[in-house]
Formats: sequence, structure tokens, C-alpha cells
Amino acid sequence: MTPAEIGATHAPGHAPHGDRAHAHAEEYQPVFTGAARAELDALLTRYPTRMAALLPALWIVQRERGWVSEGAMTEVAHVLELTPAYVKGVVTFYTMYHQHPVGRYFVQVCTTSPCGACGAEDVVRAFLEHTGTRELGVTSPDGKFTVIEVECLGACGFATPVMVNDEFHESVTADRVQDILSKLE
Amino acid sequence: MGFPHKSHPRETPVLSTHFGDSEARSLSGWRARGGYRALEQALGMTPAEIVNVVKDSGLRGRGGAGFPTGLKWSFMKPGDGKPHYLCCNADESEPGTFKDREIMRWTPHALIEGCAIASHAIGAETCYIYIRGEFTEPLQTVGAALDEAYRDGILGKSAMGTGKRIDIYIHKGAGAYICGEETALMNSIEGRRGNPRIKPPFPAVAGLFGQPTTINNVETLAAVPPILTNGAEWYKAMSLSNPKSTGTKLFSVCGNIARPGNYEVTMGFPFREFLHDICGGARPGHTLKAVIPGGSSVPIQTMQEADATLMDYEGFVANGSMLGSGGVIVFDDSVCMVRMIGRLARFYAHESCAQCTQCREGTAWVTKILERMENGGGTTRDLDTLLELSENMTGKTICVLSDSCAAPVVSGIQKFRHEFEAHINGKRCPMRSAAAA
Ligand SMILES: Cc1cc2nc3c(=O)[nH]c(=O)nc-3n(C[C@H](O)[C@H](O)[C@H](O)COP(=O)(O)O)c2cc1C
Ligand code: FES
Repeated sequence: MTPAEIGATHAPGHAPHGDRAHAHAEEYQPVFTGAARAELDALLTRYPTRMAALLPALWIVQRERGWVSEGAMTEVAHVLELTPAYVKGVVTFYTMYHQHPVGRYFVQVCTTSPCGACGAEDVVRAFLEHTGTRELGVTSPDGKFTVIEVECLGACGFATPVMVNDEFHESVTADRVQDILSKLE
Repeated sequence: MGFPHKSHPRETPVLSTHFGDSEARSLSGWRARGGYRALEQALGMTPAEIVNVVKDSGLRGRGGAGFPTGLKWSFMKPGDGKPHYLCCNADESEPGTFKDREIMRWTPHALIEGCAIASHAIGAETCYIYIRGEFTEPLQTVGAALDEAYRDGILGKSAMGTGKRIDIYIHKGAGAYICGEETALMNSIEGRRGNPRIKPPFPAVAGLFGQPTTINNVETLAAVPPILTNGAEWYKAMSLSNPKSTGTKLFSVCGNIARPGNYEVTMGFPFREFLHDICGGARPGHTLKAVIPGGSSVPIQTMQEADATLMDYEGFVANGSMLGSGGVIVFDDSVCMVRMIGRLARFYAHESCAQCTQCREGTAWVTKILERMENGGGTTRDLDTLLELSENMTGKTICVLSDSCAAPVVSGIQKFRHEFEAHINGKRCPMRSAAAA
């Protein structure tokens, strides 16, 4: 598929929001070419409908781009024969798809009650301090970190579990935070 | 073995026998431990024969509702000309619950074997294992085990050379507790928002892609291979109290307890001995105050109730709660119940799919009131408002997420009313001021 084809699926003059800053500077580069397209085609054989490949397709987008822009939603819609609005409706339902760029290291700390009873808030505080992000959901000035509180990670016996991108850390205490961060480049 | 602790002598390891044993993860390691013999046996049986063994074993669903597994499977009619589906529920997002994660990361082939047997029993050629997106390690271990099983011909067009097609795929979730609800899970696989569906139609009639579907929890499916190998009588004999609760159960224990972790005991084991002997009881210098024994969606127990409980489906109900998912959350004298319940309410408010008004509004209101109370702004009327709201949130919605939010609130007010009143009367959290002093 060419970028022009993707552009054609929405009205002229309506550049997707997320890409607004770059809409004129760079053209949208499709994700589903080459190996990523082959990967999606293989996934499609697992389901009786194209729509069922939507969550996996969005995961591929996020892996390749770090987040899911409106341009990418439009591309996914085109590939899976859905509408961009439908795809956006699904993206916004699930918390793990980033609708905005995030820091290179995305830190998620569980603070649901079982972890909360074991000191999760101290762990959050330590991450905010040592990453320099200071505020939840805000990316550090160097673009390196974003820290958020997350609901139960399904590892409550290992309070406090923390995810740094795809890496799962168990039994994190506030005094281990600096050590975890220093191992990241 | 055992993980994260060595098995306690009073445990009865069946599912957890190989927890912590990384060699059991590979196909060769699993085979060396007797793996895939049950599947081989099952593929030589008729679906009805397998369903009967599972029925006779008394196995009940480990995902929360405790529905008899053999009976659920018997609703599927192999040979009706329609494609059938099996969904394995590995969304495990109920606060307090982390047992399916250990099954998947230590014994992925046990789950695959259970899925394959169940697929044959319900006449399904395709099974989707729905694993929550945050479970990066289970996604990896189950994925690697599936690759091995395909390479070996255990799965695929001709499972174990029998000419029967069994395909098992992982479907990765993307962050939504509600997708653990079985109809929301099916919507999520179909590429939709995870909104629960109105029942009927039930999944066995019109489920995934509109076809007959069975949904089972990871632990339920992992229990099937040993049942086939050892027989229904063996499983049924593991029951210390009520004969309607059979086999072993993995309990995840977390919160304020000396040795958090997963422990596997025979149904009907005394809860008091479980908490004190196996889990080590309270941390030094503390006393236990409350337990939520079945994941955050069940009523809170006082220690008096917990001490009287025999750990099975009926035993928890007889003592003011439910077995649920087996996620045991323990609170000691260091935590404030208003704060803990308020934080749970925030969880449900965050996770509500917002289809039903009672749930969307109720979970948010309850959260706001409890957070205001925790911060010193509570009034006596708030307690009535909370109970009234909870009443409106129970039994009135498409799924039970709303009821689940009400359970800890109502039981909390009933059983720990003095803590709520102390907040209201003292206009602050008594525990927080104590810590600050
Ligand atoms: C809000 C909600 C969340 C649920 N989450 C899960 C879950 O994470 N895992 C699970 O196995 N069952 C969960 N369930 C229960 C499932 O709907 C279903 O009953 C279960 O997967 C059936 O499997 P079983 O019969 O083997 O227990 C949830 C139910 C509700 C209402
Ligand atoms: S409550 Fe933190 S992982 Fe479950």
C-alpha cells in the first residue's frame, strides 16, 4: 500500500491529530510493509475474520513505532477493512496502547490495595524522584522516562511489581529503585 | 518444589509440583515428567468419555464462579456441523490473584496439554489462550512451549498423528481487567472493545464468532491432565470437607503476611492453619486484622470468620465470603481499612467498561466518597449513601464487575464500621495521624 492510499481514506485537509506537527513535514510511513506485513498476514490465518487481527495489528504498530498515532490507526483500518473511527474506539478502550509518545523507558508501578498495603507508594515516589519526571504520566525532559501507576499486575505476592517496558521486576522496594534505573542505558 | 517457597509439607502439590523447576518448561523436560501421556490417552477416547471423567472428578471452575467443568463441557455438542471454540482465560487481573501466572511460567505444557484435551472433549479445532498484555514472561514461556508442541506434531493438522486438528494460539490482551469476564474476553478476541455481552445467548450456544464456545480458566484446564492420568476417583478423594468441592486448589497469598506466595492445598483445608502454619502468619510485631479470601471481588472476612473457615466453595460461603479465584489478600493492624477499600473501589472505577449506568456512576461515586472520608471529610450520612449505592450496584448490570465493587464496601462497613466511624468522628484517618506522630 502506498502512503497516498492511506491518506485517501480521510477527507482532504483533515490531517490526523497526533501527526499534525509532522503532517506537512514528513509523509506518513506505513508500518505494514515487508516483514511486518508478512507477520500480519500470518496472523490473519489464525482467525475467521479480519477484524479479529485488530489487537495483534495494534501491538505490531506499537512495537514498531513506540505508540499508536492516528495515522497508524487509519493504516490499520485500511489493512483490516475497518473504519478509522472503529479502530480508534478500540484503541481507546485498552490502557496499554499509547495514544501519545512516551519516554524511552515506560515505568508502571502497581498501587492497587494488596501492593498499597506493602509500601507501593514509596516505590512510586522513588521512581518519580530518581527519574526526574516528578509527576505521574509526564515524560522527563530528556525523553527517557515516563512513570505511571498501574492497576494490579497479577503479581501481588511479589509486592511491589514494576514493569519497565517489557521487563518485569518483582518485589521492588524504594531502596532498589536507583539500582534498577542505573542498569538502563 | 514450590515457588517462591519450597512446598510446605502440609501442601498437596499437583499443579505446583514443578513450580521453580525450570527444566519442566521444555518439551523434553515435560515429557520426562510424564507429560503428554494424558493427551495421548484422551485422543484415544471419545469426547463423551472425557466429559464423563471430568464430570465424575467433581472439578469446578477455578476462575471465580466455581461452575462444574464437566457439565459446562457437556453443553457443547460435537458433530453439530459448526466450528467450536475453546478460550483459555489467562487474563488474571483480579487483585490478589497470581496463580495462573505461575502455572504458565513454570509448566506451560501442562496448560497446553489441558487445552488440547478440552478441545477434543468439546469438539473444538481452535483454542485461543487469552493472556493479559502485562504478562510478558508467561507470554514468552507459553509461546515457546507452543512452538515446541507444533514442531513435535503434538498440535496442528494432525494432533499427535491422530488426524484430528487442534490449533492453539495466544491472543495477547492490551490492558483491561474486564476482558477476564468471559463475554468481554470473546469480544476482545474478535477485535472489539471489551464490553461484556448480555446473556443469553450463553457462549455454548453462540459465543466466539457466534459459534459454540467454552471458556475455562488456566488452573481449571491445567487440572485436567492429572485427572485423566490418575482417574476421577483419585481427584474426588481429595476433599477434606464438603464432597462438592474436590481436588486441590492453588491459593495466592499476598498483602501483610510473613510468606506471600502460591500454595496448593486439598479442598477443605482449615484456613487458620493455612494462614498460620503454611503462610507463616502475621509479620513480627503485627496482628492480622482482615482477609479477602477469593480475590478483591468477594466480601471481607474478619479473622474470627477466617479462623472458622474450611477452604472450599461451601466453607467460605458459610463464613461470610466466597472462594472466588483463590486470591487471599491479608491485612494486618498497620493498614487502614477505609483506605484499602477506597483503593479497591478506585480499581473498579478505573476498570468499569462504562456500559451500565449503575456500574459507571456507582463505582466512581463510591470511590469519591471513600477518598473524601479517608481525607477527613466524611459524614455519618455517607455510610448510608455507600450502602444505598451498593444496593443499586448489585444484581442490576450486564456483568458482575459492579457487584464486585460493592462486595468489599458493604462487608467493610458491616465488619469494620468502627474504622469508618473513627474517620468521620475524628475528621481524619486515625492511622495516618498515628504514623505522623
Ligand atoms: C469482571 C470479571 C473479571 C473476571 N476475570 C477473570 C479472570 O481474570 N480470569 C478468569 O479465569 N476468570 C475471570 N472471570 C470469570 C470468567 O467470567 C469465567 O467465569 C471463567 O473464566 C470461567 O472459567 P472456569 O469455569 O474454568 O472458572 C471474571 C469475571 C468477571 C465478572
Ligand atoms: S495488587 Fe499489585 S500486582 Fe496485584
